[in-house]
Amino acid sequence: MQRIINDPDNVVDDAVRGYLRASPEFYAATDHPRVLKYAATTSGKVGVVTGGGSGHEPAFLGYVGDGLCDAVAIGEIFSSPTADAFLEAFRVADQGRGVACLYGNYAGDNMNVKMARQMAEMESIDVKTVIARDDVASAPADQREKRRGVAGEIMMWKVGGAAAARHDDLDEVIRLAQKAVDACSSIGVGLSSCTIPANGKPNFTIAPGHMELGIGHHGEPGIEVVPLPDAKAMADAMCDPVLADQDFTGGDVAVLISGLGATPVMELNLLYAHVADRLEAEGITVHRADIGNYFTSLEMMGATLTVMKLDEELKPLVDAPARSLAITR
Amino acid sequence: MQFLDTSHGSDILGDLVDVILDNRDYLSEVDGSIGDGDHGINMAKGFRLYSESIQGQSLSLAKAFTTLANTLMGSIGGSMGPLYGSLFLGMGNASKDLDTLDARTFGDMLSAGLESIQSISDANVGDKCLLDTLVPAVMDYRHAVDDDDSFTSALQALRNGAERGCESTRELEAKIGRAARLGERSKGHLDAGAVSCCLLLVRLADSTERHLERAAA
Repeated sequence: MQRIINDPDNVVDDAVRGYLRASPEFYAATDHPRVLKYAATTSGKVGVVTGGGSGHEPAFLGYVGDGLCDAVAIGEIFSSPTADAFLEAFRVADQGRGVACLYGNYAGDNMNVKMARQMAEMESIDVKTVIARDDVASAPADQREKRRGVAGEIMMWKVGGAAAARHDDLDEVIRLAQKAVDACSSIGVGLSSCTIPANGKPNFTIAPGHMELGIGHHGEPGIEVVPLPDAKAMADAMCDPVLADQDFTGGDVAVLISGLGATPVMELNLLYAHVADRLEAEGITVHRADIGNYFTSLEMMGATLTVMKLDEELKPLVDAPARSLAITR
Repeated sequence: MQFLDTSHGSDILGDLVDVILDNRDYLSEVDGSIGDGDHGINMAKGFRLYSESIQGQSLSLAKAFTTLANTLMGSIGGSMGPLYGSLFLGMGNASKDLDTLDARTFGDMLSAGLESIQSISDANVGDKCLLDTLVPAVMDYRHAVDDDDSFTSALQALRNGAERGCESTRELEAKIGRAARLGERSKGHLDAGAVSCCLLLVRLADSTERHLERAAA
């Protein structure tokens, strides 16, 4: 294992220490070692909290900042944060106007957030949630409640964070964050596996020369394994299920392509050129595109594509100023 | 009539810690087939932290279960933190005012743990999860007690139910958790949570039985 680590069991704590040392303009420590809060939160706003397993950096902590999230709960690699951590994140984010907890649909996160909400209720902190379910490969459209959350979560944080920053109330922040993630359809392709350091061996295998279409952020197997196509055919294989998921034609969209960790950023832009061609051919206008490593899976090779349908309500929130480790506008 | 002295909490839970630490790699390997491959790591971490935190203390069964529950919920997260946390919290609460447990009250303790899990999770038997082990184990145990079997025989029923339930997950299609996204392809593999639950229940039965024998001697 060619990794930059100390004790494999302490990778997350050691990494959090690095983030705190490197980016004091964004991060302040809290009473919980697995909770970071934004170092310069504006007062009087709805608190925005997220959280999830580690290994997806810059998600989740990279989205703590101006116009985004106020606090983050940090789990073990690919494992939900504890209920205690979510509760502490709620506490530090709450300014008396309530907390919007915006996270992805995974069994562990659902249980820990549920428990943390019950505990927060006892402390009179009003917490409401939006659960991202944007991965089209994880369940059909009529079973959206089963879908897992992937890079569409970034759009949910962006829109929810922007709504909170302009001092919308909790119900409005929740409504807009929900609308944002419902407008997103995502899919991933995996070209290679990843290794959790404490495990020491790859989590799964993808045979050389192959690609797994619809793979999840933790290597959850996808729809099918196919011979590795060229970039143009890969873009089409990703666009087909995404564009079939909702009607994007005739409108504006935001596009986000994220690398899964080990794919060169150059190749992500190469892929995007074909996605942009396809969208143009379908009469879909790209309002903005974000291409880079926004939501990764350790050192997997591959990418996710997210297409978000925009309207006049969402557009200004997607474009609104934001400043964090992961995105700046 | 056989009684378990509840003052042996540290001993009995020490055995549970051992079985998890001894099977760390095995549990991760089982999990790796259809899940993240981190089950052994997370369980071992939580149980080790519990063990370190109570070092040298002699705890009652209730206190030991409650401490283990709080450690798991506060330290390992994932799905297993809340699931096992609520199981042991339920067991701790049910045994807290009792100096001894007989076959029936031991069964009440197991049932309380099961109810506690069901209060935070919608999971059911057949979902390919730890409930596939826990539910038949508790049911078999209770049936044995209702049939007036001895404490020792009821513990054997607990072991049998756990092992049968665990084995049943091999042919199930996962309905919840990460493996659910595998659908058909989750068949043919045991569920890691069902395996750890089986290891824990079998060791709990072994440890309890040893204390019953010692008390009788």
